[in-house]
Amino acid sequence: MGKGPGPIHEIELEVNGDTIHRAVSARQLLIHFLRDELGMRGPKIGCDTGHCGACTVQYNGKTIKSCMMLAAQADQAEIRTAESLAGPGGELDSLQEAFRSQHALQCGYCTSGMLMSAKFLLERNPSPTEEEIREAIHGNICRCTGYVNIVEAIRAAAGEEVSA
Amino acid sequence: MTAPTRTPVEAPTFVGQSMPRKEDERLLKAQGSFVDDEGMHRMGYAHYVRSPYGHAKILSVDTSKAEAMPGVITTLVGDEVKAMTEPLFQFAPREDGSQVIEYLLAVDRVRYQGEAVAVVLAETRDQARDAAEAVEVDYEPLPVLLDGVEAADSSAPVLHDSLGDNIAWKSMFDWGEVDLALSNADHVVKIDKLHFHRYSSTPLECSGVLVNWDPGTDMIRVVSNNQFPMFGALVLGPSMGVGVDQFDFVSQDIGGGFGIKINNYTHIGVLALLSRKARRPVKWTEYRTEHHQSAGHGNERTFTDIEVPVMADGTILGFKMKAFDNAGAYLHYEPLGAVIWSQVVPGPYKFKHVQVDYTETLTNKCPAVPNRGYSRMQHIWLVERIVDLVAQELNFDPVEIRKKNYVQPEDYPYTTPNGCVYDSGNLPAALERVLELIDYEAALQKKKEAEGTGKRIGIGIGTTLDSGTNNFGQSRILNPELPFSGNGEACTAMLDLYGEIMLKLGTNPQGQGHETTAAQVAADILGVSPEDIRVWAGFDKSHSTYIGFSGTYASQFAVTGINAVIGATEKLKNEIITVAAAVFGVDADQVELAGGSARLKDNPEAEIPFIGIANMVFANNAELPHHLAESISLTCRHVYVPKFEVPDTDKKYGNLTLTYATQTHAAVIEVDEETGKVEILDYAVVDDCGKRINPMIVEGQVHGATAHGIGAALKETFEYDEDGQLLTSNFLFYHAATSTDVPAIKTDAIESPSPFTGTGAKGMGEGGGAPLHTICAAIQNALGKDAPIVDDSHNPPERVWRKLNWQGSPDERGVTVLSTSEA
Repeated sequence: MGKGPGPIHEIELEVNGDTIHRAVSARQLLIHFLRDELGMRGPKIGCDTGHCGACTVQYNGKTIKSCMMLAAQADQAEIRTAESLAGPGGELDSLQEAFRSQHALQCGYCTSGMLMSAKFLLERNPSPTEEEIREAIHGNICRCTGYVNIVEAIRAAAGEEVSA
Repeated sequence: MTAPTRTPVEAPTFVGQSMPRKEDERLLKAQGSFVDDEGMHRMGYAHYVRSPYGHAKILSVDTSKAEAMPGVITTLVGDEVKAMTEPLFQFAPREDGSQVIEYLLAVDRVRYQGEAVAVVLAETRDQARDAAEAVEVDYEPLPVLLDGVEAADSSAPVLHDSLGDNIAWKSMFDWGEVDLALSNADHVVKIDKLHFHRYSSTPLECSGVLVNWDPGTDMIRVVSNNQFPMFGALVLGPSMGVGVDQFDFVSQDIGGGFGIKINNYTHIGVLALLSRKARRPVKWTEYRTEHHQSAGHGNERTFTDIEVPVMADGTILGFKMKAFDNAGAYLHYEPLGAVIWSQVVPGPYKFKHVQVDYTETLTNKCPAVPNRGYSRMQHIWLVERIVDLVAQELNFDPVEIRKKNYVQPEDYPYTTPNGCVYDSGNLPAALERVLELIDYEAALQKKKEAEGTGKRIGIGIGTTLDSGTNNFGQSRILNPELPFSGNGEACTAMLDLYGEIMLKLGTNPQGQGHETTAAQVAADILGVSPEDIRVWAGFDKSHSTYIGFSGTYASQFAVTGINAVIGATEKLKNEIITVAAAVFGVDADQVELAGGSARLKDNPEAEIPFIGIANMVFANNAELPHHLAESISLTCRHVYVPKFEVPDTDKKYGNLTLTYATQTHAAVIEVDEETGKVEILDYAVVDDCGKRINPMIVEGQVHGATAHGIGAALKETFEYDEDGQLLTSNFLFYHAATSTDVPAIKTDAIESPSPFTGTGAKGMGEGGGAPLHTICAAIQNALGKDAPIVDDSHNPPERVWRKLNWQGSPDERGVTVLSTSEA
């Protein structure tokens, strides 16, 4: 299922630490591979044009929008999705915990992509300014929160004092 | 066996606390369940064939090539749907019985770009998409009609032959004596035309349906993200010839709805028919372009011939106008919007005389459907434009004229000219506070200092009402024969076998935190912590409780849903106490609940944990008196019903809504004279929704509604070209507000408890579109009296630039004043 007509490519990649080996259709997008083939729920589809960011994952250490890449291109790649964030016992990591305490999610549909963009920011810049935070997540559309509490949550995760 | 662990609770008052949400952990860990996460054994994937034309005859539909393609299971076309269903239910047929005829797929004619003509089912998504491309539809293009005012003209091309014209619904609303007021007023302010544009809150998750029409049981299992499935069932049942009892509607997590997802019932219907034909489950996930072209747009409305009587002291007596609502090609939920605006006839003001000649027209645009602020925000935008233009043209201070005309704190409960009862509020205090938040005096100073710099400062105020818990009796103003009135919601509160506490709601939340607030309320009643209560996530008709109004829409959970929770939980509490009192051999009033036990008030050591109560009722009932064993179920359903009467449909008079939350916004903007670009320098909101059950959630709703309004005011619009092609059919062209578009919104709250809801809470989820009012006011303030009026709710740089560079005569600005006496 999920494979359309056309050539098939064998790919091997690492997703959240697991080695995955699959045959994929040349036309299959990475987002459809992650969702339909691997059954992942973190990366989501909101727009089909690379604007909404719901499908954001880490690809070889950088954030990408997984709707903008073919699964076949991900051969030999290392991919991290929002499923990788919580600890081994299921405990929330500090960024997830900050999202929870700051009410930085409502419907939760943008959340996985937003977390991945925020994680990438904090890994490179542990003390971002509000402007840097807004810039870092401006490719992730959220239609519920107005971004106010998302910015607060990322500040809180960076160790800044924010009002709860 | 051991009792579930209870968190010790002393004098619990969880209501009113900003508690983190129960929903969040699964969503943060990517363990939510949205519709596209779900599947069924042997499912096929559906893909629609949609009209590329805004208006055309369908000459033929040929699916033979598509059906021969690899993996294709079957197809469904309009003629087949016509043969197996009745046209969809219409709210307001004309007196002669004529009405819009619509089937679940287009028959003979398409009336908007993106209208579904056929649907293909295949083994994979890609095969379905490829095969849909191979369906050959022969069209003959027809003239396109887009303007909602022109559509009312008798010379306009007619979209629906069954009607003979393009009028979806039309009526005069007339309260007070507006002509007398106009003749007695010191000034009459005339505004030529105001236009509220089309946009949508565009939920990030598009629509999705997974449906199986089981050939053996005839049951139709629907996993979807529809936010008001009972409405869908009421419309679909008669059309499809099925009973509502055949539908099992299921949804867990929904990726935003904002009203738009009321409309996806049409897909539930057509995909169910496809499933029946294929004898296979059908999965369909909407693409973003499909969503923009066809999922539904917010109402576009044009107001013309506006006349406003004003007294010398700044008292505004009311207004008279014509309104033209552009419903698009079909009536989905519409024309309900044609009466829903009348929940807020005078806005937040004491206007006494209002006359509205209201016409809803059909055009070759996507159908209009409820969108956050549905129908009321368009009207309040008009009211706020009136107030600001009166202030500007007659040299009143925009703050003072509001304070003078507001419904005052001592006026509540306040009856409007059409019989609506505003329950509570304190608008002057909210205005004072919001002006403090933006430092109004400093902003005025800044405005002065900016003169001549090429950057203009504008200050805008927007007051709005977020009416909630509507009286469905207002639908009878459309059509007195409609069998709808009142409102309500249901809840079941239960103990399970080991004393676990469960709540089952009738709602389909899309991020509003119902699991959390329901648990807060129930925890206080049962003397436990919200952690101890499992609120079943989402809605499943097979186990959830519901009534015909159940769903999540129209700013009402805090009233209808919460009161249902309270009622059900109180019943459960009474049952627990009744069992305990029987065991203790005392009267019920000697027993209280605390820490997950029933105990004697005068001897707290004597207690029975809930597990013991549950044991006796469910598995040990010989220990109970027989009459109790048969009458106690620990499964307590309650339906909350607000007190409403059926409105007087002749006078269009009656209480249409139970609660009126208020929001007062203020903005300071900077307008670049060179480009017309508007930048928000400061933005503040004061919300008053009565008693807040969870202030954090309330504030989150305020933020979200504010962002939608800011986006709509400056960035978001559904524009068609002259051929009826939507120009903003994806997020490249439709600029949904991003983190760099929305400022750091300052918020504060005051609480004016509602006297009508028991808890004092009011619905508040829609926010009343206040940023549109506010930003338009601020742009007007920046432009001043030398420029044309801000006459559109959407103001991209080009539109502002044109006004900045306008060189017409003063009487062409769109507003004139007639003064009959010296003011």
